[in-house]
Amino acid sequence: MKTIKRWGPPVLLLTPSMILLAVFVYGLIAANFATSATDSHTAAQATGAQPTVFVGIQNYLDLLASEAFQHSLKNLLLYTVVFLVGTMLIGFMWAWLLERPMRGEGLFRSVYLFPMAVSFIASGVVWRWLLNSNEGEAALGLNRLFQMVGLDFLQNPWWNNITWGIAAIALPAIWQLSGYVMALFLAGFRGVPEELREAGRMDGASEWQVYRHVIFPQLSPVALSALIIIGHMSLKAFDLIMSISKPSNYQTKVPAVDMYVFKSSFDYANSAAVGAILLIIVAVLVVPYLIHTSRKEASGR
Amino acid sequence: MTTTTTTAAPGTDQLTPAIRRPKGRFTAARTARYAIALFSLVIVLIPVYVLLVTSFKGPGDATPSRAWALPQLWIADNWIMAWDTLAPAIGRTLQMVIPASIISAFLGSMNGFVLSRWSFRGANVVFTLILFGMFIPYQAVMIPLNQIVLDLGLPNGVPTLILLHVIYGIPITTLIFRNYYESVPHELIEAARMDGAGMLRTYAWVVLPISIPSFVVVLIWQFTSAWNDFLFAVFFSTPNTGPVTVALNNLANGAQLQNYGVSMAGALFASLPTLLVYILLGKYFVGGLMSGSVKG
Repeated sequence: MKTIKRWGPPVLLLTPSMILLAVFVYGLIAANFATSATDSHTAAQATGAQPTVFVGIQNYLDLLASEAFQHSLKNLLLYTVVFLVGTMLIGFMWAWLLERPMRGEGLFRSVYLFPMAVSFIASGVVWRWLLNSNEGEAALGLNRLFQMVGLDFLQNPWWNNITWGIAAIALPAIWQLSGYVMALFLAGFRGVPEELREAGRMDGASEWQVYRHVIFPQLSPVALSALIIIGHMSLKAFDLIMSISKPSNYQTKVPAVDMYVFKSSFDYANSAAVGAILLIIVAVLVVPYLIHTSRKEASGR
Repeated sequence: MTTTTTTAAPGTDQLTPAIRRPKGRFTAARTARYAIALFSLVIVLIPVYVLLVTSFKGPGDATPSRAWALPQLWIADNWIMAWDTLAPAIGRTLQMVIPASIISAFLGSMNGFVLSRWSFRGANVVFTLILFGMFIPYQAVMIPLNQIVLDLGLPNGVPTLILLHVIYGIPITTLIFRNYYESVPHELIEAARMDGAGMLRTYAWVVLPISIPSFVVVLIWQFTSAWNDFLFAVFFSTPNTGPVTVALNNLANGAQLQNYGVSMAGALFASLPTLLVYILLGKYFVGGLMSGSVKG
C-alpha cells in the first residue's frame, strides 16, 4: 500500500510522456531500421500492395558505395566544418567584445541574436538572392556588392560550385546562429566569479594573462555545449538547402535532402537507411556527451 | 585583438568604467572594439536591408545594376500579393502553434517536476533517454511516422503537426522545467508535503504557481520552434493545408518565374510573429536558448 502511494503519483504524471516517447522515438527508430533492411524501393511496396523482402544491410552498402551519396556525405562534412568554425569564432568574438560594459551593448547583443528568431525558410529567401550565382553584368546579390566596393575578384558562383557550393549555404547558417553561440559564451563569461579575475590581477597578471589563464579555461564546458548543439544542428541541415537551392540540386545535396528525395519517390528503404545513417552519426557525437553530462550531474549532487 | 582595456574593479559603477581610464593605447583598443562591433552590426543587418528594399521595388527596378539601390518608386504591390497568398497559411500556423505550445508546456512541467523531486532508481537513465529524443534527427523516424499517421487516420496539416510538435517537444520542455525545479528551494515543496499534501496537490497548488517564469520560457521556445519548423511541415502537409513555412517556400521556389519582391515581403510576414516575440520578450527568449544547452 505504501509503495503504491509513493510510486503512484510520479508514475501517473510521467506515464503519458514516457509512452509517447517510447513509441514515437524508440519504437519508430526500431521500425525505421526494419524498413531500411528491406527491398522496399517502389510505390507499390510502400503502400503494401506488393511484398517486401529482407535484404539485411544491402541498402547501406549500396548507398555508401554510390558516388552520389558519398557526395552528400562529403557535403555534410564540409558544411559542418564551415558552420562550426564560423559560428564558434564569430560567436566567441562577439561575446568577448560585449563581455565588458560598453555603450550600446544591449543593441549590439539584440541585433547579433535576432536572426535566431527567424526561420531558415524565411532567411533562405533573402540569402538565395544574396548568393545569386550570376557574375559580371548580370550579377545580383553579394557578387554585385563585391563589384560596387571594388572587390570584383571575390565574385564566385556560390552554391553553384560543385565542390565548394555547400560551404556557401553555411554562410546564412552562420549568420543565423553566431548570435546563439555568443549568448552561450556571454553566459559563460558572466559565470566566472569576479574574485577569480581579481586574484589573477593581484598576482600581477596582465589583462591578457587573466583571460588566457583564468577566464578562458572556465569557458570550456560552454564551448563543448556550443559545439554539440551547433554540430548536431548542422548534421540535420535541410531547411536552408531546400530554401536556397532545390532538393534536386546535386551541388548542395546532403543526407537529409536525399532522405526527402527518396521518400518523395517512394523509395522507402533507401529513405529509411539514410535516416538511420544520420541517426548513427548524431548518436556518435551526442551520446558520449549526454552520458558525460549525466555522470557529472550525478556526482555533483 | 582588442582586449587590453581593463575591467572596472568590483564595487565601482559597472556601467561607466571607461571614464577614468588613462588615454593612449587604451583608447585605441576601445576604438577597435567599437569598430568591430559596429562592422558586425552592419554585416548582420545586410539581409534586412535587402529584404526591405527589394520588397518595395516594382518592375522598373528589375535591372541587376539597381540591385542594391533604393527603389525609384516605393510600391506596396509585393506586400499585398504576399499577404493575399500567405494569410490563410499564417492563420493555420496560429491554429497549430498555440495548442501545441500549451500542451507541451504542461507535459514538460509535469515531467520536469517528477524528475527533479522524486528520485527513483534509474531516474538518471530515464532522463538521459528523454534527452536523447531532443537530439535525434527526425529523418530517422520519418518513414514509420508517416505510416503511423496514416494508420491513425489523422488528416494531414494542422492536426498531425500539433501532435508531432507536442510529442517531439517533450524532451526540451522537460529539460527546461527540470532545470528550473532543481533551482527551486527544496524547503518550499517539503513544507507542502509536511502539511500532508500529496504529490498531485503539491504540484497543482505549490509548484504550478511558481512555475510561471518557466512557462513563459517554454511557451516562447515551443512557439518559435513550431512556427519556424519546416521539416515536419513539408512531410506532413501541403502548401494548402500546411503552416507558413511551407506556403512561403512554395511561394518563393514553386513558381517558374522567381519574383523576389513578393517572396521577400512574404518572408517578413512569415517572420513577424517570432520577431515580435523576440523583441517584446527577449529576456525569456534568451532564457530558452540557455536552457537548450543541456547543462544541469
